[in-house]
Amino acid sequence: MKVHEHQAKALLRAFAVPVPRGDVATTPAEAKAVAARLGGRVVVKAQVHAGGRGKAGGIQLADGPVAAEAAARQILGMRLTTPQTPPEGILVRSVLVEEASAVARELYLSVTLDRVRATHVAMASQAGGMEIEEVADRSPEKILREWAHPALGLADHQARRLAFGLGLVGEEFKQGAGLVRNLFALYLAKDCSLAEINPLVVTRDGRVLALDAKLNFDDNALYRHVDIAALRDPHEEDPLDVEASKYSLNYIKLAGNVGCMVNGAGLAMATMDIIKLAGGEPANFLDVGGGASPEQIENAFRILSSDPSVRAVFINVFGGILRVDRLAEGLIAAVKKLGLRLPVVVRMEGTNVELGKRMLGESGLPFVTADDMGDGARKAVALAKGSG
Amino acid sequence: MSILVDKATRVVVQGITGREGAFHAARCKEYGTTVVGGVTPSKGGTTHEGFPVWNTVAEAVLNEGANCALIFVPPPAAADAIMEAAAAGVPLIVCITEGIPVADMVRAKHFLAWTTSRLIGPNCPGIITPDAAKIGIMPGHIHKRGAVGVVSRSGTLTYEVVGQLTGRGIGQSTCVGIGGDPVHGTSFVDVLRLFNDDPETRAIMMIGEIGGSAEEEGAAFIKAHVTKPVVAFICGQTAPPGRRMGHAGAIIAGGRGTAAEKMKALATAGATLVRSPADMGATVATVLGR
Repeated sequence: MKVHEHQAKALLRAFAVPVPRGDVATTPAEAKAVAARLGGRVVVKAQVHAGGRGKAGGIQLADGPVAAEAAARQILGMRLTTPQTPPEGILVRSVLVEEASAVARELYLSVTLDRVRATHVAMASQAGGMEIEEVADRSPEKILREWAHPALGLADHQARRLAFGLGLVGEEFKQGAGLVRNLFALYLAKDCSLAEINPLVVTRDGRVLALDAKLNFDDNALYRHVDIAALRDPHEEDPLDVEASKYSLNYIKLAGNVGCMVNGAGLAMATMDIIKLAGGEPANFLDVGGGASPEQIENAFRILSSDPSVRAVFINVFGGILRVDRLAEGLIAAVKKLGLRLPVVVRMEGTNVELGKRMLGESGLPFVTADDMGDGARKAVALAKGSG
Repeated sequence: MSILVDKATRVVVQGITGREGAFHAARCKEYGTTVVGGVTPSKGGTTHEGFPVWNTVAEAVLNEGANCALIFVPPPAAADAIMEAAAAGVPLIVCITEGIPVADMVRAKHFLAWTTSRLIGPNCPGIITPDAAKIGIMPGHIHKRGAVGVVSRSGTLTYEVVGQLTGRGIGQSTCVGIGGDPVHGTSFVDVLRLFNDDPETRAIMMIGEIGGSAEEEGAAFIKAHVTKPVVAFICGQTAPPGRRMGHAGAIIAGGRGTAAEKMKALATAGATLVRSPADMGATVATVLGR
């Protein structure tokens, strides 16, 4: 799960990681009031779940409250388009207004999981403000890494080594080492999957500050962090994704026109792949899970059918725990309730497959049946083209 | 021969009084697996659907010589269940549970490193040696004993390849689902090594997916050590970057972990790559000269 920058900064503050003073605003008047309270020059920053906001015009500098109000008026309500957003952009609903910092140096600091070593890794670099992947590609020697002990965490000497590596000395070094420790504590305490400060800055008056902040959280651990789960912003997610998550369906909207419904993440990805190989484009990833109930199947079918770009549906199920007859039951119920607006190709295999096939046949509904994955994909792609 | 599990495997099911645990314990037993009973803390001394229940894994080891633990414990307690099985000296631990927090698995994996136990999973379908032992949630009837070792990060996609193989009369030595989580126990490399050393296994079918670098590590091992033919399929060739495709580990992050990279690494290592998931069985048949 992702959160907004202002939410991330509130968490950083709670873990004693210094951030610029500031507050969130949802109207130009609020932005003006925040700027007046802060005094001096401020930065007005669009709050969306995507990076690259500056280049897209989502971050503006303002000399005072009146300028902050004008900047907020421009940014609020705009559809921000960056390389990390969908092509149609994301609607900006709030801005963060914070004190402008006089930056002397831009650095980078993050904590994330190292899958290969199966432990957490803290990374620091003097090349701040750039995409870390870019730094990793061009000059990997500029990234310092300290791997936390899986049980004991990040030791103080590791935090010091990163702070020294960032070129910090004297008072700045003390602040930096403390900041590394505190960021790691936050990462662990809140089950983050990524805690990234880019840039981490040293100001001209010698303060070490998190100028930007990105926190992602492990979805599997949200059950034990009610406070974090409450930060979820459904506006930032595709409405169909949100709808699907209500029924514990794993759904991701894509750009094509062949809707797919599959059990299991691997088979669902493979189904997308085979649609592409057959000359089509998948409209979505949809995993109904291992033990889907007829109700879930019905909801999955409804969500697929409600996507206006879908021209044909390909249902590919290999029944293990999910019995094929239960799939057939849910599917028939869904079609009887919602009607059959689209051609539906069904490929079923596995537990109780004969019974499932008989149920579909006896339903009298015009399902197109397929012998295997390849056959199903070809038929679905042809139907999507024919009716498009 | 086969790898890891056979007729001598004696299974204790952790979380046997839950819906999934009870259901699958019965399916495993039906298949012919020796299921000695289950563990649910505070329900020890009772029986559940015919299976004896203990409070601790250690009691199941002591009383019934359990040498394999099959875990259906819900996510908040699953990592601890893995550690309990390891502490009890169970040599093989198979964890089906999906949705364990990553930080819990980091600690559990570290704990395992201090023991001699092997973990398969979590978030996996389990392991099966056809006609000998089914320890997991896969449909047993689609399997057939034979010479192809199957290793996969996916569940239903594994059933798909097994279905294609059995449909062509090609059997399997053992099928191992290593699971879709970013931090897991047994790796591709571990299973490839076991299959390479197993006299019954004549060819290996490997199914990977986007995210992480486990397939690349597998490729390096294949190049250096594997003498048997390997057929590989990587799913997620069309997956968009930055989105988690169901499995917690299936995500292209920072331009890394793409299907293209993995396929290239495996092809360079000498594996036969399958482009379409519909052709997995046929490709294995070709490699076996059938």
